[in-house]
Amino acid sequence: MSRKAWVQQIMGMPISIHLRGKDVDSPMVAHVVEDAFDLLREADRLFSTYRDDSEVSRIRRGELDPEHADPLVQQVMALCRQAGELTRGAFTDQLPDDQGVLRFDPTGLVKGWAADRAANRLADLSGLAFCLNVGGDVVVGGTEPEPEPEVNDGSGAIWRVGIEDPRDRSRVAQVVELHHGGAATSGTAARGAHLYDPNTKMFVDRGGSVAVVGPSLMRADVWATALFVGPKSLMLRFSEVADGYRVISL
Amino acid sequence: MRRIVTTILSTISIMVLLFSYHTSSSSATVSASPVVQQPASSDPNPPSGSSKSGGISTTRPGPAAKPSPAPAAIAYTGGVASTRWGPVQVRITVRGGKVTRAQAVQYPQGRSQDAQINSYALPILDQEVVQKQSASIDTISGATVTSDGYLQSLQSAIDQAHL
Repeated sequence: MSRKAWVQQIMGMPISIHLRGKDVDSPMVAHVVEDAFDLLREADRLFSTYRDDSEVSRIRRGELDPEHADPLVQQVMALCRQAGELTRGAFTDQLPDDQGVLRFDPTGLVKGWAADRAANRLADLSGLAFCLNVGGDVVVGGTEPEPEPEVNDGSGAIWRVGIEDPRDRSRVAQVVELHHGGAATSGTAARGAHLYDPNTKMFVDRGGSVAVVGPSLMRADVWATALFVGPKSLMLRFSEVADGYRVISL
Repeated sequence: MRRIVTTILSTISIMVLLFSYHTSSSSATVSASPVVQQPASSDPNPPSGSSKSGGISTTRPGPAAKPSPAPAAIAYTGGVASTRWGPVQVRITVRGGKVTRAQAVQYPQGRSQDAQINSYALPILDQEVVQKQSASIDTISGATVTSDGYLQSLQSAIDQAHL
Protein backbone atom coordinates (compact mmCIF):
# COMPACT_ATOMS: atom_id res chain seq x y z
CA MET A 1 0.00 0.00 0.00
CA SER A 2 1.52 3.26 -1.13
CA ARG A 3 0.11 6.68 -0.75
CA LYS A 4 0.75 9.98 -2.38
CA ALA A 5 -0.61 13.48 -1.88
CA TRP A 6 -0.82 16.61 -4.00
CA VAL A 7 -1.95 20.04 -3.00
CA GLN A 8 -2.62 23.14 -5.07
CA GLN A 9 -4.25 26.49 -4.45
CA ILE A 10 -7.27 26.94 -6.70
CA MET A 11 -10.41 29.06 -6.24
CA GLY A 12 -8.67 30.76 -3.34
CA MET A 13 -8.62 27.51 -1.39
CA PRO A 14 -6.15 24.80 -0.58
CA ILE A 15 -7.14 21.70 -2.53
CA SER A 16 -5.56 18.38 -1.75
CA ILE A 17 -5.75 15.02 -3.46
CA HIS A 18 -4.65 11.95 -1.55
CA LEU A 19 -4.33 8.58 -3.28
CA ARG A 20 -3.83 5.11 -1.88
CA GLY A 21 -3.09 1.98 -3.80
CA LYS A 22 -0.40 0.21 -5.72
CA ASP A 23 0.83 2.44 -8.53
CA VAL A 24 0.58 5.94 -7.13
CA ASP A 25 3.85 6.92 -8.82
CA SER A 26 2.93 6.08 -12.42
CA PRO A 27 2.87 8.85 -15.06
CA MET A 28 -0.74 7.91 -15.83
CA VAL A 29 -1.72 8.66 -12.24
CA ALA A 30 0.08 12.01 -12.34
CA HIS A 31 -1.73 12.80 -15.59
CA VAL A 32 -5.17 12.03 -14.15
CA VAL A 33 -4.44 14.03 -10.99
CA GLU A 34 -3.44 17.01 -13.13
CA ASP A 35 -6.67 16.58 -15.10
CA ALA A 36 -8.60 16.74 -11.84
CA PHE A 37 -6.85 19.96 -10.85
CA ASP A 38 -7.47 21.31 -14.36
CA LEU A 39 -11.20 20.71 -13.98
CA LEU A 40 -11.15 22.78 -10.80
CA ARG A 41 -9.15 25.52 -12.53
CA GLU A 42 -11.67 25.51 -15.36
CA ALA A 43 -14.47 26.00 -12.83
CA ASP A 44 -12.53 28.88 -11.32
CA ARG A 45 -12.09 30.54 -14.72
CA LEU A 46 -15.79 30.30 -15.51
CA PHE A 47 -17.38 30.90 -12.13
CA SER A 48 -15.09 32.97 -9.92
CA THR A 49 -16.64 36.18 -8.65
CA TYR A 50 -13.09 37.34 -7.85
CA ARG A 51 -12.04 37.27 -11.49
CA ASP A 52 -13.32 40.15 -13.55
CA ASP A 53 -13.06 38.10 -16.75
CA SER A 54 -15.03 35.04 -15.58
CA GLU A 55 -18.35 34.36 -17.26
CA VAL A 56 -20.13 34.75 -13.93
CA SER A 57 -18.55 38.17 -13.40
CA ARG A 58 -19.66 39.18 -16.88
CA ILE A 59 -23.19 37.94 -16.20
CA ARG A 60 -23.18 39.91 -12.93
CA ARG A 61 -22.23 43.09 -14.79
CA GLY A 62 -24.88 42.48 -17.40
CA GLU A 63 -22.28 42.03 -20.14
CA LEU A 64 -23.12 38.41 -20.89
CA ASP A 65 -26.58 37.05 -21.57
CA PRO A 66 -26.85 33.76 -19.64
CA GLU A 67 -28.35 32.18 -22.74
CA HIS A 68 -25.04 32.72 -24.50
CA ALA A 69 -22.94 31.51 -21.60
CA ASP A 70 -20.77 28.41 -21.62
CA PRO A 71 -22.85 25.19 -21.47
CA LEU A 72 -21.24 24.45 -18.09
CA VAL A 73 -22.50 27.80 -16.76
CA GLN A 74 -25.98 27.00 -18.02
CA GLN A 75 -25.78 23.58 -16.41
CA VAL A 76 -24.85 25.15 -13.07
CA MET A 77 -27.65 27.71 -13.37
CA ALA A 78 -30.13 24.86 -13.86
CA LEU A 79 -28.67 23.00 -10.87
CA CYS A 80 -29.01 26.16 -8.75
CA ARG A 81 -32.67 26.42 -9.69
CA GLN A 82 -33.20 22.77 -8.74
CA ALA A 83 -31.35 23.30 -5.44
CA GLY A 84 -33.57 26.27 -4.65
CA GLU A 85 -36.71 24.21 -5.27
CA LEU A 86 -35.35 21.22 -3.38
CA THR A 87 -34.57 23.28 -0.28
CA ARG A 88 -37.73 25.41 -0.45
CA GLY A 89 -35.75 28.51 -1.21
CA ALA A 90 -33.19 28.18 1.57
CA PHE A 91 -30.50 27.79 -1.09
CA THR A 92 -30.18 30.72 -3.45
CA ASP A 93 -27.85 31.84 -6.23
CA GLN A 94 -28.91 35.47 -5.76
CA LEU A 95 -26.59 37.01 -3.18
CA PRO A 96 -26.04 40.65 -2.25
CA ASP A 97 -22.91 42.22 -3.70
CA ASP A 98 -20.78 44.85 -1.95
CA GLN A 99 -23.55 47.41 -2.51
CA GLY A 100 -26.23 45.05 -1.25
CA VAL A 101 -27.65 44.46 -4.73
CA LEU A 102 -28.72 40.89 -5.37
CA ARG A 103 -26.67 39.35 -8.14
CA PHE A 104 -26.10 35.91 -9.61
CA ASP A 105 -23.57 34.09 -7.43
CA PRO A 106 -23.50 30.30 -7.76
CA THR A 107 -20.43 29.94 -5.53
CA GLY A 108 -22.33 27.93 -2.92
CA LEU A 109 -23.03 25.20 -5.43
CA VAL A 110 -20.04 25.45 -7.76
CA LYS A 111 -17.51 24.24 -5.23
CA GLY A 112 -19.28 20.93 -4.70
CA TRP A 113 -20.17 20.61 -8.38
CA ALA A 114 -16.57 21.17 -9.45
CA ALA A 115 -15.27 18.80 -6.78
CA ASP A 116 -17.68 16.07 -7.93
CA ARG A 117 -16.45 16.56 -11.51
CA ALA A 118 -12.82 16.30 -10.42
CA ALA A 119 -13.69 13.24 -8.33
CA ASN A 120 -15.28 11.58 -11.37
CA ARG A 121 -11.98 11.99 -13.18
CA LEU A 122 -10.08 10.51 -10.24
CA ALA A 123 -12.49 7.57 -10.23
CA ASP A 124 -11.01 6.59 -13.61
CA LEU A 125 -7.95 5.39 -11.72
CA SER A 126 -8.49 1.69 -11.30
CA GLY A 127 -7.13 0.07 -8.17
CA LEU A 128 -6.72 3.36 -6.33
CA ALA A 129 -8.74 5.07 -3.64
CA PHE A 130 -8.86 8.84 -3.58
CA CYS A 131 -9.72 11.61 -1.15
CA LEU A 132 -10.23 15.11 -2.50
CA ASN A 133 -10.45 17.95 0.00
CA VAL A 134 -11.60 21.27 -1.40
CA GLY A 135 -11.17 23.88 1.29
CA GLY A 136 -12.83 21.75 3.95
CA ASP A 137 -15.35 19.87 1.81
CA VAL A 138 -14.43 16.28 1.11
CA VAL A 139 -15.23 13.76 -1.60
CA VAL A 140 -13.80 10.26 -1.60
CA GLY A 141 -14.08 7.23 -3.88
CA GLY A 142 -12.19 4.73 -5.95
CA THR A 143 -11.67 1.08 -5.29
CA GLU A 144 -13.92 -0.89 -3.00
CA PRO A 145 -12.58 -1.12 0.51
CA GLU A 146 -10.64 -4.27 1.18
CA PRO A 147 -11.36 -5.57 4.62
CA GLU A 148 -8.20 -5.66 6.65
CA PRO A 149 -9.43 -6.73 10.06
CA GLU A 150 -5.96 -7.42 11.35
CA VAL A 151 -4.40 -4.17 10.24
CA ASN A 152 -6.74 -1.44 11.34
CA ASP A 153 -4.27 1.38 10.91
CA GLY A 154 -6.39 3.57 8.68
CA SER A 155 -5.15 2.01 5.45
CA GLY A 156 -7.47 0.66 2.80
CA ALA A 157 -10.14 2.61 1.01
CA ILE A 158 -12.07 3.82 4.03
CA TRP A 159 -11.32 7.44 4.74
CA ARG A 160 -11.88 8.77 8.20
CA VAL A 161 -13.27 12.27 7.84
CA GLY A 162 -12.99 14.39 10.93
CA ILE A 163 -15.84 16.88 11.31
CA GLU A 164 -14.39 20.00 12.84
CA ASP A 165 -15.85 21.28 16.10
CA PRO A 166 -17.15 24.77 15.20
CA ARG A 167 -16.71 25.99 18.77
CA ASP A 168 -13.11 24.87 19.01
CA ARG A 169 -11.59 24.44 15.60
CA SER A 170 -8.60 22.67 17.08
CA ARG A 171 -10.86 19.73 17.85
CA VAL A 172 -12.68 17.13 15.85
CA ALA A 173 -16.28 16.74 16.99
CA GLN A 174 -17.07 13.55 15.12
CA VAL A 175 -15.45 11.14 12.75
CA VAL A 176 -17.30 9.81 9.72
CA GLU A 177 -16.02 6.81 7.80
CA LEU A 178 -16.55 7.11 4.06
CA HIS A 179 -15.50 5.06 1.07
CA HIS A 180 -17.68 6.75 -1.52
CA GLY A 181 -19.35 10.12 -1.43
CA GLY A 182 -18.97 13.53 0.04
CA ALA A 183 -18.97 15.38 3.34
CA ALA A 184 -19.68 19.11 3.44
CA THR A 185 -19.74 21.46 6.39
CA SER A 186 -21.33 24.89 6.51
CA GLY A 187 -20.76 27.30 9.34
CA THR A 188 -19.33 30.63 10.30
CA ALA A 189 -16.23 29.39 12.15
CA ALA A 190 -13.71 30.13 9.39
CA ARG A 191 -15.05 33.13 7.51
CA GLY A 192 -17.58 34.79 9.80
CA ALA A 193 -21.13 35.64 8.74
CA HIS A 194 -20.90 34.87 5.02
CA LEU A 195 -23.93 32.60 4.69
CA TYR A 196 -26.97 34.44 3.41
CA ASP A 197 -30.56 33.60 4.32
CA PRO A 198 -32.78 34.57 1.38
CA ASN A 199 -35.89 34.44 3.56
CA THR A 200 -34.76 36.99 6.14
CA LYS A 201 -32.46 38.74 3.63
CA MET A 202 -29.75 38.72 6.27
CA PHE A 203 -26.39 37.08 6.64
CA VAL A 204 -26.62 34.45 9.34
CA ASP A 205 -24.51 35.34 12.33
CA ARG A 206 -24.69 32.42 14.70
CA GLY A 207 -22.27 29.79 15.84
CA GLY A 208 -22.36 26.10 15.19
CA SER A 209 -22.24 24.28 11.91
CA VAL A 210 -24.13 21.74 9.86
CA ALA A 211 -22.33 18.85 8.20
CA VAL A 212 -24.05 16.68 5.61
CA VAL A 213 -22.72 13.37 4.31
CA GLY A 214 -24.04 11.60 1.22
CA PRO A 215 -23.46 10.30 -2.28
CA SER A 216 -22.84 13.66 -3.99
CA LEU A 217 -20.71 16.38 -2.44
CA MET A 218 -22.65 19.02 -4.38
CA ARG A 219 -25.96 17.89 -2.91
CA ALA A 220 -24.41 17.51 0.55
CA ASP A 221 -23.01 21.04 0.35
CA VAL A 222 -26.31 22.54 -0.84
CA TRP A 223 -28.10 20.87 2.06
CA ALA A 224 -25.47 21.87 4.60
CA THR A 225 -25.86 25.52 3.61
CA ALA A 226 -29.65 25.34 3.40
CA LEU A 227 -30.01 23.66 6.79
CA PHE A 228 -27.61 26.15 8.37
CA VAL A 229 -29.50 29.22 7.17
CA GLY A 230 -32.99 27.78 6.83
CA PRO A 231 -35.83 27.29 9.32
CA LYS A 232 -35.90 24.26 11.60
CA SER A 233 -38.83 22.90 9.62
CA LEU A 234 -36.48 22.35 6.70
CA MET A 235 -35.16 19.27 8.52
CA LEU A 236 -38.47 17.56 7.79
CA ARG A 237 -38.10 18.33 4.11
CA PHE A 238 -34.53 17.06 4.22
CA SER A 239 -35.57 13.76 5.75
CA GLU A 240 -38.26 13.36 3.10
CA VAL A 241 -36.30 14.16 -0.04
CA ALA A 242 -32.59 13.72 0.70
CA ASP A 243 -32.44 9.97 0.41
CA GLY A 244 -29.04 8.58 1.33
CA TYR A 245 -27.90 11.75 3.10
CA ARG A 246 -27.44 12.31 6.78
CA VAL A 247 -26.90 15.42 8.80
CA ILE A 248 -24.65 16.20 11.74
CA SER A 249 -25.65 19.42 13.51
CA LEU A 250 -22.98 20.87 15.74
CA MET B 1 -9.89 40.78 -1.88
CA ARG B 2 -8.51 37.33 -1.93
CA ARG B 3 -6.41 36.38 -4.85
CA ILE B 4 -6.02 33.00 -6.33
CA VAL B 5 -2.74 31.78 -5.04
CA THR B 6 -1.59 29.25 -7.53
CA THR B 7 2.10 29.76 -7.27
CA ILE B 8 2.69 29.05 -3.63
CA LEU B 9 3.12 25.37 -3.92
CA SER B 10 5.19 25.50 -7.03
CA THR B 11 7.88 26.79 -4.80
CA ILE B 12 7.61 24.26 -2.06
CA SER B 13 10.82 23.70 -0.33
CA ILE B 14 10.74 20.25 1.07
CA MET B 15 13.05 20.35 3.99
CA VAL B 16 13.31 16.91 5.36
CA LEU B 17 15.29 17.34 8.48
CA LEU B 18 16.08 14.17 10.27
CA PHE B 19 16.09 14.60 13.98
CA SER B 20 17.35 11.70 15.89
CA TYR B 21 15.03 10.48 18.59
CA HIS B 22 17.84 10.80 21.07
CA THR B 23 18.80 14.34 20.30
CA SER B 24 15.47 15.88 21.08
CA SER B 25 17.22 18.28 23.42
CA SER B 26 18.89 19.93 20.46
CA SER B 27 15.66 20.21 18.51
CA ALA B 28 13.92 21.63 21.55
CA THR B 29 15.83 24.82 21.05
CA VAL B 30 14.24 25.06 17.65
CA SER B 31 10.70 24.60 18.87
CA ALA B 32 10.06 26.39 22.15
CA SER B 33 6.46 27.36 21.39
CA PRO B 34 5.81 30.82 20.00
CA VAL B 35 9.35 32.03 19.61
CA VAL B 36 10.01 33.70 16.29
CA GLN B 37 11.99 31.43 14.04
CA GLN B 38 12.97 33.19 10.88
CA PRO B 39 14.35 30.97 8.19
CA ALA B 40 17.95 31.46 7.23
CA SER B 41 16.80 33.21 4.10
CA SER B 42 13.87 35.60 4.13
CA ASP B 43 13.21 34.86 0.48
CA PRO B 44 9.61 33.66 0.41
CA ASN B 45 10.30 31.68 -2.74
CA PRO B 46 13.16 29.41 -1.94
CA PRO B 47 14.62 27.64 -4.94
CA SER B 48 13.34 24.17 -5.25
CA GLY B 49 13.48 21.25 -7.57
CA SER B 50 10.22 19.84 -6.39
CA SER B 51 7.45 19.08 -8.80
CA LYS B 52 4.73 21.59 -9.51
CA SER B 53 2.11 19.96 -7.37
CA GLY B 54 4.48 18.93 -4.67
CA GLY B 55 3.63 15.28 -4.96
CA ILE B 56 5.91 13.02 -3.05
CA SER B 57 5.19 9.48 -2.16
CA THR B 58 5.83 7.25 0.73
CA THR B 59 5.40 3.56 1.15
CA ARG B 60 4.20 2.56 4.53
CA PRO B 61 6.07 -0.37 5.95
CA GLY B 62 3.89 -3.41 6.46
CA PRO B 63 3.16 -4.68 9.94
CA ALA B 64 6.07 -7.07 9.69
CA ALA B 65 8.49 -4.20 9.29
CA LYS B 66 7.18 -2.41 12.33
CA PRO B 67 9.07 -3.84 15.27
CA SER B 68 11.91 -1.42 14.83
CA PRO B 69 13.43 0.94 17.37
CA ALA B 70 11.68 4.19 18.20
CA PRO B 71 10.82 5.85 14.88
CA ALA B 72 12.82 8.89 13.93
CA ALA B 73 11.15 12.25 13.90
CA ILE B 74 10.90 13.82 10.47
CA ALA B 75 10.13 17.49 9.91
CA TYR B 76 8.09 18.67 6.92
CA THR B 77 8.00 22.31 6.01
CA GLY B 78 4.94 23.49 4.12
CA GLY B 79 4.90 25.94 1.27
CA VAL B 80 4.97 29.64 2.04
CA ALA B 81 1.39 30.86 2.25
CA SER B 82 0.72 34.43 1.27
CA THR B 83 -1.77 35.64 3.83
CA ARG B 84 -3.27 39.08 3.99
CA TRP B 85 -0.85 39.73 6.83
CA GLY B 86 2.25 38.49 5.07
CA PRO B 87 4.01 35.21 4.36
CA VAL B 88 3.39 32.26 6.66
CA GLN B 89 5.23 28.99 6.66
CA VAL B 90 4.66 26.07 8.98
CA ARG B 91 6.84 23.14 9.88
CA ILE B 92 5.48 19.99 11.44
CA THR B 93 7.43 17.22 13.09
CA VAL B 94 6.17 13.70 12.54
CA ARG B 95 7.14 10.60 14.43
CA GLY B 96 5.62 7.22 13.70
CA GLY B 97 2.84 8.77 11.60
CA LYS B 98 1.78 11.24 14.29
CA VAL B 99 2.38 14.94 14.39
CA THR B 100 4.33 15.67 17.52
CA ARG B 101 4.99 19.34 16.96
CA ALA B 102 3.87 22.21 14.74
CA GLN B 103 5.61 25.52 14.55
CA ALA B 104 5.64 28.57 12.36
CA VAL B 105 9.03 29.07 10.77
CA GLN B 106 7.95 32.28 9.12
CA TYR B 107 5.13 34.63 9.97
CA PRO B 108 4.28 38.32 9.76
CA GLN B 109 5.92 40.66 12.19
CA GLY B 110 6.09 44.37 12.72
CA ARG B 111 2.61 45.77 12.99
CA SER B 112 0.84 45.66 16.33
CA GLN B 113 -1.96 43.70 14.72
CA ASP B 114 0.55 41.06 13.71
CA ALA B 115 1.70 40.67 17.27
CA GLN B 116 -1.92 40.16 18.27
CA ILE B 117 -2.50 37.56 15.59
CA ASN B 118 0.70 35.78 16.42
CA SER B 119 0.06 35.70 20.13
CA TYR B 120 -3.30 34.13 19.39
CA ALA B 121 -2.54 31.85 16.50
CA LEU B 122 0.86 30.44 17.22
CA PRO B 123 0.33 28.97 20.67
CA ILE B 124 -2.80 27.15 19.48
CA LEU B 125 -1.13 25.94 16.32
CA ASP B 126 0.90 23.32 18.09
CA GLN B 127 -2.06 22.09 20.15
CA GLU B 128 -4.27 22.17 17.12
CA VAL B 129 -2.29 19.80 14.97
CA VAL B 130 -1.47 17.46 17.75
CA GLN B 131 -5.10 17.23 18.83
CA LYS B 132 -6.60 16.94 15.39
CA GLN B 133 -4.53 14.03 14.25
CA SER B 134 -4.71 12.14 17.50
CA ALA B 135 -8.14 10.84 16.54
CA SER B 136 -6.60 8.97 13.58
CA ILE B 137 -8.32 10.88 10.83
CA ASP B 138 -7.45 11.15 7.16
CA THR B 139 -8.94 14.51 6.34
CA ILE B 140 -10.97 17.29 7.89
CA SER B 141 -14.31 18.75 6.88
CA GLY B 142 -15.04 22.14 8.34
CA ALA B 143 -16.10 25.64 7.62
CA THR B 144 -14.48 26.67 4.37
CA VAL B 145 -10.77 27.17 4.67
CA THR B 146 -9.44 29.97 2.55
CA SER B 147 -5.94 30.36 1.22
CA ASP B 148 -5.14 33.32 3.38
CA GLY B 149 -5.11 31.44 6.64
CA TYR B 150 -2.61 29.78 8.84
CA LEU B 151 -4.37 26.48 8.30
CA GLN B 152 -3.49 26.58 4.66
CA SER B 153 0.18 26.63 5.41
CA LEU B 154 -0.44 23.91 7.94
CA GLN B 155 -2.43 21.78 5.52
CA SER B 156 0.36 21.88 2.99
CA ALA B 157 2.81 20.58 5.57
CA ILE B 158 0.34 17.85 6.47
CA ASP B 159 -0.13 16.99 2.82
CA GLN B 160 3.59 16.67 2.35
CA ALA B 161 3.78 14.32 5.29
CA HIS B 162 1.00 12.17 3.73
CA LEU B 163 -0.84 12.01 7.00
